Amino acid sequence: MLQAAVAERLEDMKDSFGYPQSVLVLGGSSDIAGATLIELVKQRCRTVVLAGRNRDAMGSLATELHSFGATVVDLVDFDAVDVKTHEQIISNIFTKYKNIDLVLIAFGILGNQNEGEEDPLKAVCVAETNFTGAVSTCLWTVKYFKHQGYGTLVVLSSLAAERVRKNNFIYGATKAGLDGFAQGLGDSLVGSGIKVMIVRPGFVLTKMTKGTKSAPMPVTPDVVARSIVKGLELGKEIVWIPPFMRIVMSLVRHLPRPIFRQIKI
Amino acid sequence: MSRELLTGWGRTTPSAAEVLHPKTVAELTQMISLAGKRGIIARGLGRSYGDGAQCGGGLVVDTTDIKGVIQEDWEAGSFKVAAGTSLDNLIRYCLPHGWFLPVTPGTRFITVGGAVASDVHGKNHHKDGTFSRYVNSFTIVTPTSTLLATPDINSDIFWATAGGMGLTGILTEVTLSMIRIETAHMLVDIERTQDLDETMSKMEEGDESYRYSVAWLDCLATGKHLGRGILMRGDHAKSTDMSIGLRKFHSRHQSGKQNADTSLLEFNPTVRLQIPSNIPSGLLNRATVKIFNEIWFQKAPRKLLRKLLPLVSFFYPLDSLGNWNRLYGPAGFIQYQFVVPFGAAGELKKAIELIATSKYAAFLAVLKRFGPSGNGLLSFPMSGWTLALDIPLGAPGLAELLNKLDELIAGCEGRVYLTKDSRLTPELLPVMYPRLSEFKEIVKKTDPQGVFTSDLSRRLDLVSH
Repeated sequence: MLQAAVAERLEDMKDSFGYPQSVLVLGGSSDIAGATLIELVKQRCRTVVLAGRNRDAMGSLATELHSFGATVVDLVDFDAVDVKTHEQIISNIFTKYKNIDLVLIAFGILGNQNEGEEDPLKAVCVAETNFTGAVSTCLWTVKYFKHQGYGTLVVLSSLAAERVRKNNFIYGATKAGLDGFAQGLGDSLVGSGIKVMIVRPGFVLTKMTKGTKSAPMPVTPDVVARSIVKGLELGKEIVWIPPFMRIVMSLVRHLPRPIFRQIKI
Repeated sequence: MSRELLTGWGRTTPSAAEVLHPKTVAELTQMISLAGKRGIIARGLGRSYGDGAQCGGGLVVDTTDIKGVIQEDWEAGSFKVAAGTSLDNLIRYCLPHGWFLPVTPGTRFITVGGAVASDVHGKNHHKDGTFSRYVNSFTIVTPTSTLLATPDINSDIFWATAGGMGLTGILTEVTLSMIRIETAHMLVDIERTQDLDETMSKMEEGDESYRYSVAWLDCLATGKHLGRGILMRGDHAKSTDMSIGLRKFHSRHQSGKQNADTSLLEFNPTVRLQIPSNIPSGLLNRATVKIFNEIWFQKAPRKLLRKLLPLVSFFYPLDSLGNWNRLYGPAGFIQYQFVVPFGAAGELKKAIELIATSKYAAFLAVLKRFGPSGNGLLSFPMSGWTLALDIPLGAPGLAELLNKLDELIAGCEGRVYLTKDSRLTPELLPVMYPRLSEFKEIVKKTDPQGVFTSDLSRRLDLVSH
């Protein structure tokens, strides 16, 4: 059925607002990804590929996306840590759909700081998912974007990446690494038709953060989703959520370390 | 072959492609066979605002090296030209002999091939129709063959190509008829109007007595000034319209060999100012555009009849600013042009109101009455009111406003101009272009493998294979 739909519906192309007609989400069961896709489908997106581990969650998101007007929602098995499989998975998707206008890197785990400190292998797992997995998928994606001559890569970073805190430095460092990687990647791609947009939300109320103590001013996935869509329309390279956190974080970034480590956040 | 990042004139949706520069028709024909899965499309001088002359990841054939007049009939005013010839070249070639373009858009820096592919229109559409009406024949290279098409021979391909956005193949030669003129001047009536009703009724009443008619609208004026504008209407000046003084001036400024008549046909436009590449986005915002519009409106005469204007400043005011699209900065801009039937004047007013009361800086809005549509399957003009406006990107919510306008326009059987489009969705296309399915059927025959592809055709499903 999917094949037939693809055959009759041809190719996709973003528009002048950067709104895509086809989106691949890596980390397809992420709450932020789900909310973002709904916003994009409301605009013009009609082809969605969800790649992830949790088939049930992706399945129910697929139903929801169809109800908002998506014509094709495909589910693909994907594990961020299993980097050897990434090339094949991404290549298959680009071949099958001819054009993927936007790829959203949405996978990530929070891990548990204390457990990570006790059992370094658990910390490594966070690093492998959030950083290594993203390095691999971003680079494979860009290869196929270059082939199609355009594309938008949206990378979910975090405010935690802007300055790594002692209370969750394992997670924070992985996001800091990812954020830096994405910035360099984006700069290297200027003039190629490929854009990298980094999204830095504060504390988002999702299943990933469920059970952890909320940071001040938490936001919902819907807020993040709307900010992402607005960021695309305005051609942003970095999206701060909420926007004023850009100013707050630039202050935080310059705090002397002896003071910064005293602050309880 | 080199990888280049291409955009339309609006500079909004960049995509990279391998750009080819054939020097001969034989080279060009061979290049079509190089097209891979990512497709191929022709590109002229890049004046289309949207993504019609781009093909991300594919091949883009720059046609501008194959130019020049191939055959001429000075008696009949019929010229066979290479499709990469610019209208500027053609004017320079023909005008001194008293021949001018039968239809010209607001820029002369487009190719003849592009003029056919967009089936361009000008200020005389209400009298003279579109460009394709003056095309007697053309040669087109499709993936399967090289064909001659005229309104009688291969007429299906002819009318699919006129306005077909380059998706039927690449034009190599075009034969067109020019019109006779006596001078390179226009005799123009200029008139200010105070609101939309006055603008529209003046156009309805007077347009038929002018060959060329257009109204500039202040799309930021609201309330009782909504739709105020400046009407500019005129005809080609005859030699007898030129004052004795002007004729003397011309005869003084010519070389001794020429006679007085050719001096009246002098055409030497200059680019007065090159816009630099480092203008930031946001220079043209609602505040600055409002000031510009106010000055523009106030400095226009209330009423001025029979003013002699050089042809260049009547037809091509923006061509004197080199790279004027850079004024919008790197964020680029959207040109939105639509037409609604005459019966839908209410929708037109609603659209202008939506634009005027929005927070966007709509600039250089142009209102015109179109005559009946031609035979091009995807040709844009049809009987009715057309409005074109430029809006800079960078203010949130613009996509939504334009979507709303799309719905309004499609709802009254109007349409949006594909040559200027970079954001329409495929759902409304069959409503706006009811002959789309005929077009697709013809392309299936000329291009069964679906070789011809552009970013526009991807976005709007213009072809199905």
